[in-house]
Parts: sequence; C-alpha cells; structure tokens
Amino acid sequence: MASHSTASLAVAHPQVQGVYGHDEHGHEDLMLIGHDGEPHPAHLQHHFVSAEQQFSASKLGMWLFLVTEILLFGGLFVAYTIFRAWYPELYAEASTQLDTVMGAINTLVLLTSSLTVAWAIRGAQTDNQKVLFWNLVITVALAGTFMVVKYFEYTHKFDLGIYPGEHFVLEPGTTTVTGEVVEPLVPAAEGGAGAEAGHAEAGAGDHGAHAREGAIFSDPRAGIFFAIYYVMTGIHGLHVIIGMVAISILAWNARRGRYSSVYYTPVENVGLYWHVVDIIWIFLFPLMYLI
Amino acid sequence: MYERTEFWTEGASLWLPPQGSTTAHEIDALFNFILWTSTVLTIGVAVGIVYLAWRYRRRSPADRPVPVKESKALELSWSIIPTLLVLVVFFWGFRAYVGTSIPPVDAYVVNVKGQKWFWTFEYPTGLNTDELVVPEGQPVKLVMTSQDVLHSFYVPEFRIKMDVLPNRYTYVWFNAPARGVYQIVCTEYCGTGHSNMGGHIRVVGRDEFYEFLRTGGGDAGADLPPAEYGEQLYTSKRCNTCHTVDGTSATGPSWLGIWGQPRPGSTSGVVDDNYIRESVLDPAAFIAPGFQPQMPSYEGQLDDRAIGAIAAYIRQINGAATPADLAPPGGAAPADTLGTADAPEGGAGDPSEPVGLDEAQQNE
Amino acid sequence: MATTSQAATAVATAAYPPGHEPVHNYLKEPKGIKSWLLTVDHKRIGIMYLISVAVAFAIGGILALLVRAELFTLGPTLMEADTYNRVFTMHGIVMVFAFIIPSIMATLGNFLLPIMIGAKDVAFPRLNLASLYIYWLGMLFALSSVVTGGVDTGWTFYTPYSKETGTFVLMMGLGVFIAGFSSILTGLNFIVTIHKMRAPGMTWNRLPLFLWSVYATSIVQILATPVIGITMVLLALERALSIGIFDPALGGDPVLFQHFFWFYSHPAVYIMILPAFGIISELMGTFSRQKVYGYRAVALSSLAIALLGFLVWGHHMFTSGQSPLSSVVFSMISFLIGVPSGIKVFNWLATMFRGSVWLQTPMLYALSFLFQFTIGGVTGIMVGALAADIHLHDTYFVVSHFHYVMMGGTVVSLLGGLHYWWPKMTGRLYNERLGKLSALLVFLGFNMTFFVQFIMGSQGMPRRYYDYPDMPWMQPLHQLSTVGSWILGLGLLVVLVNGLWSLRRGKLAPGNPWGAVTLEWSYCTSPPDPHNFHRTPLVTHGPYDFHAVLGGDGAGDGHDPAPIPDVAVGAPQESVSVEDGTTQPTQPK
Repeated sequence: MASHSTASLAVAHPQVQGVYGHDEHGHEDLMLIGHDGEPHPAHLQHHFVSAEQQFSASKLGMWLFLVTEILLFGGLFVAYTIFRAWYPELYAEASTQLDTVMGAINTLVLLTSSLTVAWAIRGAQTDNQKVLFWNLVITVALAGTFMVVKYFEYTHKFDLGIYPGEHFVLEPGTTTVTGEVVEPLVPAAEGGAGAEAGHAEAGAGDHGAHAREGAIFSDPRAGIFFAIYYVMTGIHGLHVIIGMVAISILAWNARRGRYSSVYYTPVENVGLYWHVVDIIWIFLFPLMYLI
Repeated sequence: MYERTEFWTEGASLWLPPQGSTTAHEIDALFNFILWTSTVLTIGVAVGIVYLAWRYRRRSPADRPVPVKESKALELSWSIIPTLLVLVVFFWGFRAYVGTSIPPVDAYVVNVKGQKWFWTFEYPTGLNTDELVVPEGQPVKLVMTSQDVLHSFYVPEFRIKMDVLPNRYTYVWFNAPARGVYQIVCTEYCGTGHSNMGGHIRVVGRDEFYEFLRTGGGDAGADLPPAEYGEQLYTSKRCNTCHTVDGTSATGPSWLGIWGQPRPGSTSGVVDDNYIRESVLDPAAFIAPGFQPQMPSYEGQLDDRAIGAIAAYIRQINGAATPADLAPPGGAAPADTLGTADAPEGGAGDPSEPVGLDEAQQNE
Repeated sequence: MATTSQAATAVATAAYPPGHEPVHNYLKEPKGIKSWLLTVDHKRIGIMYLISVAVAFAIGGILALLVRAELFTLGPTLMEADTYNRVFTMHGIVMVFAFIIPSIMATLGNFLLPIMIGAKDVAFPRLNLASLYIYWLGMLFALSSVVTGGVDTGWTFYTPYSKETGTFVLMMGLGVFIAGFSSILTGLNFIVTIHKMRAPGMTWNRLPLFLWSVYATSIVQILATPVIGITMVLLALERALSIGIFDPALGGDPVLFQHFFWFYSHPAVYIMILPAFGIISELMGTFSRQKVYGYRAVALSSLAIALLGFLVWGHHMFTSGQSPLSSVVFSMISFLIGVPSGIKVFNWLATMFRGSVWLQTPMLYALSFLFQFTIGGVTGIMVGALAADIHLHDTYFVVSHFHYVMMGGTVVSLLGGLHYWWPKMTGRLYNERLGKLSALLVFLGFNMTFFVQFIMGSQGMPRRYYDYPDMPWMQPLHQLSTVGSWILGLGLLVVLVNGLWSLRRGKLAPGNPWGAVTLEWSYCTSPPDPHNFHRTPLVTHGPYDFHAVLGGDGAGDGHDPAPIPDVAVGAPQESVSVEDGTTQPTQPK
C-alpha cells in the first residue's frame, strides 16, 4: 500500500515535499510530510486526518468485530440451550464425563492471561517496553498452557470412544473420566435398534424418553451433547490459537519498539479480542463442566 | 380420478382453486380482502406515478422547483392508516388461523407417512393404502410423520398445508363436505421425485367408506392377475419415479433385462423372487453398481401378495411370465402361493425353470 | 462558478468547462494488472466487485432461463429431474450469495460511500481489499462444488435432505461461510467509515439517503451474517462427521436448522433490499430536482426495517411445525415491518410533487421499482397473514413475491443506479435511447414473467417442481412466464451491450451530467481522482438542497456541469463561497 500511495501521490500532488511513506521503518519520533503539507506521525495512514481519528476508527472496528464473534458463539449457545431443554437428564449425565479439575485449571490460566494482556497495554501506555514485551510473552505462554490442557482432555475422551454425534461409542467395561465403569447395556440390542426406532417413532412429546437412568451411553443421543461440547470448545480453541499468533506478532513488534504511548492501537485491539475469548470461556466452563 | 383438466373449472376463480373443505371459505375471504385492498393500493400508486411524472414533467433544463413544505399531517396519516390496515389483516389472519387449524375433538384420525416419493395412509383399523379415502362431511385429522427427509402435505382445494418431519408428528385436519377427488401435492423440496410426490384424496359417502374399510379398501389387486396387480403397484407405490421398465437408468436400475441375470450388487446368484423380496424389504442389502443407496424400505407397506405381484410384473416385462402370473386368482387360493418367495419348491417364477411349463401351479 | 452560456458551449466540444477537466483518473493511475489486484482504492475495489457480481448475475440468469425453459412443456423438456434440481439450486445460491448480497453494497457502496461523505477512502482500505479476496475465495469453493457435480438441496440447504443427498454440499457450505466473512468485513468497514470519516460539515442530517441505507444494511450484515457462518460450519460438520445436531436420526432437530438459517436469511433479505431503497432515494431526488420528501422518515425507516428485520424470521416457518404461538408473534411483527416500507413508497411518490421530473433512464428504472416494489410489498402482506400463508407457503406465489422484491426491486434499482453513476464510474455517457429501451424491456419482461406466477401460486402450483403432471392445465401460464423471461433476458442484454458500447464509444461524461448536489457529483471529476478530492470538502448543505446550491443562475441542468468547487488539482481557487455565506478556508499550499 505504501508504495502505491507514494507513487500516485507524488504524481497527484506535486506540492508534496520530502520523504513520503508511513510504515516499516516507522518510529514515534519520525514525522513525515503529508500531501496537505503538514507533518504527520509515521503510523498515520494517508486517508485519515489525524492519529486520533485513526485510533478511534480502529477501536470502533474492533468492537464491531467482537460483536460478530459474540453472535457466532450466540448461535452455538442457542443450540446448547435447546438441546439442554430437550434432554435434561442426558446433559446432567454426560457432563459428568468432563474433567472439572482440568476445566478449572484452564479457567484460571485464561483469567491470568487476561490480566497479563491488560498489563501489557498498561506497559505500552506508560512507555514501559519491558512490561509490554514480557507480559505479551507470558500471555502467549498461558494460552499455550490452555491448549495443552485441552489436548489432554480431548485425547482422553477419544481414547474412551467419546466422539461427537454418530461416532459416539463408549464400550461397556470402559473406565470413564469419573472412574466409573460403564455397565453393559440391558438389553444389549437396544442401543442400536433404539436409534432406528427413535428415528421413526419418537414423537415431539417424548424427547429423551430413551435416555434411561444411569445408562446414558445406551442413548444414541449422548453424541449430541458431545457434538456441542466439541464444536463449542473447538471453535473457542481455534480462537485461542488465532489469539496466540496475533499476540506473538505483537510481542515481535514490541521487541522492535514499535509501540509506545503515542501509538499502541494493535496492542489495545488484540487485548480486546483476548478478553472476549476469555469471556466466552467463562461462559463455556460452567455451562459444560459444572451444571 | 382428479377432475380438473382446465384452468377455468367449476368453482375456481382467477386466483383460487375450488373450495373443497368447510374451512376454505375463511381463508378465501381473507385472501380476497387482502387482494382487493392491495389492488386498490397498487393502482393508486401506479396512477400516482403516472400522474405526478406527467404533471410535473420537466419542461426546461432551467426548471427551478420550489421546495415543498413537508406536511406532518400527511406523513402521520400515511404512517397510521397502513398500520391500522395491517393490524386488521393480522387479526383477521390470526382468527382464521385459529379457526382453521384446531381440529374438532370428534375428528377421525388417519396416520400419514411421507417418504421419497409417495404418501401412505394408515387407518385405525390397521388398513394401509396409498390413496386417502374419507367419508363426506366428516372432520378428519391427519397425524403425519416422515420416513426420511422433510415433506409437506398440501391440498390446494382444502387450503391445508403442513410440513412432515422425520422423528416428529405434525397435524392437519379438514372436513370435505362434497364427494369428489382432490389432489395432494408435496411442497417441501425432497429430491428427484419431488414433483411426482402427489396423491389423491377420495371423498365418498359413508356407506362406501365403511365398505372400503371392510374390504381392505380398494384392495384393487384382489381380483387381478398378479402381473397386472404388480403393474398397478408399480405406479401407485411410485416405483416408477426411480425404476423404468424400458431399460433406461433413472435414480435406480431399470426393471427391464434383470430377471434371471446375475444379481447386481452381489457376487452370487441370479435375480429371482428372493432377490426381489429382499430388495423391496431391505433395499440396502444389494446396491446395484453405479447407483446410490436411496430407496426406502417397504417393510409393512407391501404384503407378501403385493411383493409377489411385483415380481410377477418384473417377470412379465422381461418376457418370463408364468401362466400363474397372468391368471386371475381363484377365490380360495391362499394369497401367498402366488409366485412369492415362499412358493413351493420349483414353483412359479423360479428362473431356472422353463417358462410356462409348470402347469401344476395353476389354480384351475 | 461556471456560467450557463460558457458551459453549454464547452459541453458541445469538450464535456468539461475550462479548468474542470479531470487531471487524474483513478482508472488509469497507476497502470497495470498488478496495480488493480493490489489496490486499496475503494473505487477500484468497487469496480472489481462490479465485474464479479455481473459475472455471477449472468450465470444465475442463464440458470434461471434454463429453469423457465424446462417448465415450458409438460414432462422432460431439456433436462432430467436431477439436473433441474441442481440448476434451480445453483440459480438460488449464485443469485443470493454471489450476486445480490454483495451487489449494491460492495459495488456502488464501495465506490460511493467515501466520496459521498467527503473522505479519501474507507476506514480500513486493506481490509476492504481482503474482503474482495475472501469473496473470490468463497466463490472458488462454490465453483469447486459445481464442477464436481453441483448441489441439489435448494439454496436453503434444509436438513436432513442436505445431509443425505449425494451432492457436494460440504464445499458449497464452506463457500457460503467464507463469502459471509466478506460481507461482515464490508459492513464493519462501512459502519466505521460513516462514523469516523465524515468530512467537516457532513452531519448525520446531511448524509445522503443512500448512505443511511448502507449504514442500516451494514448493521444487518454484522449482526446476522455470523449466524449463517456458524450454521454452515455445523452443516459442514454434520456432513463430514455426522455430529447429529440437525439430524433427527441422531436426536438432532431439523427445525433448529431452519431457525438458524432464517435468522440470517430473513435479515439478509434486508441486506438485499435496503441499499436499493437508498439508490431510489437518490434517483427520486435528483430526477425530480426536489428535496426527498420526509428525509428523516425515509432515513429512520431504513433503521427501523433493519432492526425489526431481526424479529420476523419465523414467518418463513408457519407450516414447519414450530409452535403456533411463535407463528402468531412472528406474523404480528412481520406486519409492523410493512409500515416503514409503505412510508418510503409514499415519500418517494411525494418527492415528485411540484418537482421537475426528468424521465431519463435511471428515473424510468426508479419508477418501475416503485410499481414493482409496491406489488412485492402488498403480496408480502398476503403471505404474512397466518391463515393465507398456510395456503400460499412454498407455492409460486411466494416465488413471485420475493422475485418482485429482489428482482423487481433490488435488481431494477441497481440497474437504475448503475445508469445514474455510470458516467461517474467510467467517465463515459451511456446511450440514452438504448437505456430507455432496456428499461422498457426489463419492465415488460419482468412483469410478464412473474405476475402470472402469483396466479399459478394461489392456484396451488408448488415451487421447485421439475414437472407438473398433476396440473397440466397450468401449462399456458408457465409458457407465458417463460416467454416473459426471454423478454427480460433481452432487456438485460441491451443493458450489457449499452454498457460495453459506452466504454469505447460513449461520449465523455461531464463532472455532473445530472445536476445533482451530492459530493460525488459536485466535488468530484468524472471519473474521480485516485484520491477522490484534492482537498477535503467542507459540506454546507444537505444532499438534496438543489435550490440552495443551484440558485437561479441556470447551472446544473444536465448539460452544463453544476458548480464543481475545487476539483481540478492546483486550480487557482483561493476560497469557495457557498450560498449560506460560509467560506471554505483556503488550504495551506
């Protein structure tokens, strides 16, 4: 972009003097002469009138983006709620298969990372490059911890045969997350045949009729709970990974002194994003693990 | 059969088909009210466009129109009047909806099953048919479910429509006061045969209805030779939406040229009664190469005699019909001896037997 | 300001009065393919979008002609049932997701928004380019689904059919998902731009009505699109992994899919029609040379429609098996949304009152929009009425209703808008005679194709039918409709020919051929400078204050360019005085 605007501006505005460009080698002290003949800070893009306008535009843009994120997860929360209303017993039983301790650790990890990212922004505002850089690094590390814990949670479930939807199998005799042993189905045939029968016969009124006490794993619908669990935590995990990449880039740039109290828009915006990722987890954790 | 062959038919207007149910007039009254109000409004707008465009047409490039002072009263009036109008329409629509959608408690219940691409009706007596026969002047409630994807049960003359869902029951009801044949169409897209997923409702007198229930209802095949009955089933059970009888492939393999040939989708055996029977009851058992597993099971919808008749029809089009296939059944003969899989050893329709030689199986 | 006589003679020869010739042309500077593909200029991005959606429209249109041709006779006419199902599905998907959703917003919206508010560009130019590439990526996914055999689910992707069918729903779903991001980014960009980038003096009350519409549309894009995104992800997972959320066989709920789908797709209808409202407001104002009647009402009704639009999705599902109570509530709110639409129509009509109505091509399109949108609106009342909808749902009546709004509304207004802004975008005038001919053909062809479908629908013709073996008496009506589609196709072909012809042979356009007073006409050359304005404009009047700007001196009558303060780079203008006595400060040199 810089090259384009430089070239065309030079043609379009012969009165422009001096070096023209506004990125790469930018530094807060570097002032460039804009085509209106006034000096501008290096990070100011040519189509903005002032740094304030640029900052507030970026921030509004970020907030709007976060609104779309909320709506994205909103759809999933609606699905969660509807199936919870349909199959309350199923939810109660299936959620015992989630590891509350691991979930709690992850909650703590994410909360701490929200603190560090806020601290990093404070560092940028106070021109404390060390605070800025190291807090960003710690945030990435905490996010990594979160993903590692998630990895162990997922693989443990896969080992047990807890897959989403149709692929959900939990063999009798398996020791579950809670240490129980899955009882053999009585009668053994009902698991499979029940699915077929439920297909045709189950009416609107009797959802959950097949969810028998103490034997959720004979219910083909157990897969629904785990489908929602995997989709919601999976998409959340994807957001964590995207956040890790973004914060790593911030840290890289911070190391090179790109941010200061004059210009720290990216730090502020990624920080906002990170808080939203955190908040979504704050909702996911109790909904999935606790209730 | 269904009577309407022309656009202009008795009881139809430009906009609506004849009224075939006791509730149709309520919906039509609402429709006509909105139609005429809309027509007046649209003509008003059209006249306004033409008049204003002509009356204030540009006369010279130097025209300098004087700004018009906006009138609060005018703006309010064209906000409030339409609001009142739509509220009237809403309450009318609401009332008519309540009036037409709640079935009377004494309604006669028929179960409806939709599947690709036909309807089946099950009566409280256990009778299964592919045509809905109901007594005149009797409220009928249909309890509907689908075997596969979404369908929608629509009878234009009755002004009823409801989606049919798998794993769930939905309802419609109607009361047809006049005898006649009415058309059912599917209005929820359901794949290849969507536009052929029709059916008929026959409204009959009470006596005829009881007769229908008693005789296993229009059990049309009862006095037909099996091959002819099979041909009837081929259309009425909608085999024809997927299987041709002229050798061309459609959604499923053609029925021509298969009898006695190696079984498609299997490594051993030839196409015989057993193969046909299994393919009808458990279509996934053999999947002919080059075709998708699309066919629903006909378990519970075709009895042994019907399956036998279909096999007889397949034999007939393949030029392998036995005399038994072509002869009308004798009154006393048990239905399932007619060319079904349970037929005695060496019985009719065994492809290994020379055609037409086994006289012993004839009923006479 | 230029005087009448001078300018009139100037037009005959050079199209520009002395000192007003465009010095820099965004189309030509910088040159080369690369400069286009890597541009961050909102105008170039708008043009590239325009070409893309035009291609999509051509594809969708050809598919539509095939659908109509197939129905010309009973039984198979051109193709098999399975082919037909793919054709009408692709027609729907292409027209909705590839054409009409980005149509006005991403083309005219991109081109005009920054200019109309006096900005150099949108707030996030690189994001803007990214949204174009994301759109292309989405189309690539959709295309990959088409070349591997297409999709036969209908554009609504209803489960469980979309889970079972043997066609390539996965790629198509991902294509829609990706294209959705493009729509979100465009909306986000536009909202920030309108909030933060307005030139001095461009108050909210001076915002052209097109931008009020764009603003309202952007809100809908941001709030609704994420939901289709997650729906498509779930559908893709359903197909890839059988997660069961929408599959009744696994305990899932197909009606939930419909709720999710329509939660987006009903507001999406407003993504399609709201920008069209904006165009019509501009056209009615300019070609009546009158202030748009009830500016405030027209502007706020756009917002009202955008917000109410989120609460009515259930009216697509009156027969779906949702609870009757929710049907009643959805019906009620659906009627309320009819009111602001009605207000708009009456205000547009009133705009012509005591005006100077100039029946150029764009105005002809605008007037046919008024007629067709009225019909689309009143038939909306019909299908919104609970009891009547039971009869009409999923018939040709509904098909015709939404084509009257989408085609007779959005497409016709887009055509009007394209003719109106064509001189600005290309620097060339289209042929007025061909333009009028096209407007006439499109009007006749469209109404012939679709009016008869209302009758077919209320007589009981279900939609998405390959054949009508049970209703042979429908055939004459189908044939009338099909013939209408040929006339419509011819009209659109004339538009295309006219546009292409004008690029080579069209007269050079003056800066302001229509005498409009919004910034893109009054402050900008045709075609605009790469940076739109040499100096940031100072806005001192409303978008339709013809009397204030033009005064009585005869300027701005369509032959003679209206005053173009400060367009030519380096023009020796110390200051520009405007009618209300304020003076634009001289910029530092």
